[in-house]
Amino acid sequence: MAMPDASASAPAPSPAGSASATPVLEVRDLKKHFPIRKGLLRRAAGYVFAVDGVSFSIAEGETLGLVGESGCGKSTVGRTVLRLIDPTSGSIVVGGKDISSLPRAEMRPWRREMQIIFQDPFSSLNPRMTAGDIVGEPLLVHGEGNTAKRREQVAALFERVGLRRAQMDAYPHQFSGGQRQRIGIARALALNPRLIIGDEPVSALDVSIQAQVINLLMDLQRERRLSYLFISHNLAVVEHISHRIAVMYLGRIVEYTDKTTLFTNPQHPYTEALLSAVPVPDPAIKRRKLVVQGDVPSPVKPPPGCHFHPRCPYAVERCRVESPALREIAPGHRVACHLR
Amino acid sequence: MKLSPLNRRRLALFRANRRGVWSLVIFGILFVLSLFAEVIANDRPIVVYYDGGLYWPIFRAYPETTFGGEFATEAEYRDPFVEKLISEKGWMLWPPIPYSYNTVVRGTGTTALRPPSAQNWLGTDDQARDVMARLIYGFRISVLFGLVLTILSSAIGILAGALQGYFGGVLDLLFQRFMEIWSSLPVLYLLIILASIITPSFWTLLGIMLLFSWMALVGLVRAEFLRARNFDYVRAARALGVSDAVLMFRHILPNAMVSSLTYLPFILAGSVTTLTSLDFLGFGLPPGSPSLGELLLQGKNNLTAPWLALTGFFVIAIMLSLLVFIGEAVRDAFDPRKIVA
Repeated sequence: MAMPDASASAPAPSPAGSASATPVLEVRDLKKHFPIRKGLLRRAAGYVFAVDGVSFSIAEGETLGLVGESGCGKSTVGRTVLRLIDPTSGSIVVGGKDISSLPRAEMRPWRREMQIIFQDPFSSLNPRMTAGDIVGEPLLVHGEGNTAKRREQVAALFERVGLRRAQMDAYPHQFSGGQRQRIGIARALALNPRLIIGDEPVSALDVSIQAQVINLLMDLQRERRLSYLFISHNLAVVEHISHRIAVMYLGRIVEYTDKTTLFTNPQHPYTEALLSAVPVPDPAIKRRKLVVQGDVPSPVKPPPGCHFHPRCPYAVERCRVESPALREIAPGHRVACHLR
Repeated sequence: MKLSPLNRRRLALFRANRRGVWSLVIFGILFVLSLFAEVIANDRPIVVYYDGGLYWPIFRAYPETTFGGEFATEAEYRDPFVEKLISEKGWMLWPPIPYSYNTVVRGTGTTALRPPSAQNWLGTDDQARDVMARLIYGFRISVLFGLVLTILSSAIGILAGALQGYFGGVLDLLFQRFMEIWSSLPVLYLLIILASIITPSFWTLLGIMLLFSWMALVGLVRAEFLRARNFDYVRAARALGVSDAVLMFRHILPNAMVSSLTYLPFILAGSVTTLTSLDFLGFGLPPGSPSLGELLLQGKNNLTAPWLALTGFFVIAIMLSLLVFIGEAVRDAFDPRKIVA
């Protein structure tokens, strides 16, 4: 798909806060292994290595795009950062504090700092609550103001995300997909968080609506100096909104750099393959196509060495035995490949 | 009273189902009337005016001497002697049905089974008791038993199902195994054995039934919670820092309630039927209690008196139908996709 102005001509908002000392979010060596339980005693018979050592950081006002195929663990990263899923190991540092092993009760204040927008605008809103109640719930839960004050805040949020005040008493099923996603955004904004995790927030929407929602997210970022962790499998969307991009493959980050570098000078063979799969809306342009063979291996039994080697056209013997580290090959450009 | 828009909508949807509304009205009237059974069917007058004073025999017992009689025991108002004493110095106001559930109807006839007449609207049973009076008292005890049993077993069942479905894991595993064993106990035999040890009363019967009936809703509620705990809106609420209890009862339970509520009238109908069948078998309420099951048993034993079986059949059938119609309207009211006409 193509964003209306997804080409390089559109100036992306620059991460003005990238120079600030402490990042909003810093994830170090995050791992999440889901046990597969079998038998009468439900002993762990194996593990799904959903996230297997992921590190990244997001500065204030910055958007990090997290891309990869289905099942590569990108959604798990998002949910683990929010502690919707408890990590197996690794650290999640929010505003200088490691929250990776905080007990639930102590997590509460940190919930104000980060929120999530889900992919499916139909399942992410409680069908039995009015839109106003849904957006007002974070305020209620965190004990903000009184009923009248909260309602006023919710009305302001509604107007900010492009909904009408009068729609506050309507139920989710009375809204369109794009409007529902706006309700989800308003809910995420209610507590004025610093970080919003977008778990494929536009993938379920029509292309025209996608652009509107993306533009809303970018406007909000400029206004409130929000940071986004933008999870998507759609490179065109990610290119449009992100400042930096991390490419994930089978639970690991294989390439991590700024947007321009990634799209002009991809270093990892997997990134190359992903980019060559993006359709270009100009039939005159002929590109070198790198088509990878086969499917993503099972995360239960990831291949030894480099996870990508069974599908990599350049794989050598070393790739089969030794797992490549994420090395910095140029300032701000990290790649996990033996050949670079 | 101010209703939330959602509840106003539910009320409108409930009202839109005419059959359900009328069923509720009829059932409500019958139930409220049966609550005042003592005033409708009694072998004592509601009020007695005697020698310038008012007496309320339904609510207080007066000795016969009050009315100038000879015995210090409670007055027998149907005794011609007492009737004569009172009518000399005042009057009596009788309930529309001048018999209680245990009043033996005296008359000129010799047979106990009397067919319906102006005096006994639905005839009398094999112990010469008025069927109409017994029906009113029996209906009341059946519905009360059913209501209390339904409310208690639903509350326990919903709580148990919610906990199992929401927390899952070991708790769910152990609870499920326990329920499998528990539900395989033969309830009827247990009741028969218990009935031979203790004399069952309303409350002991209710307790025993409750031990087994709470499981009806567990599977349903558990399944709803298992499904709903992975919904994005539940995840979103969790990300907002909503507590477990609020999540369970504010976000998941209302969505699980539609299926539970459609079950409720059936549980109520089932509870009424259970009591009826126990009474029919003779393991229910103490002998002499008015009950629909006992009426059916009499009908079976006295096929020559068809008014017994017919009364029992029609009352039970109509009562259960009304409950099901009400249940349908309740289900409509809670359906989020139903359009208000």
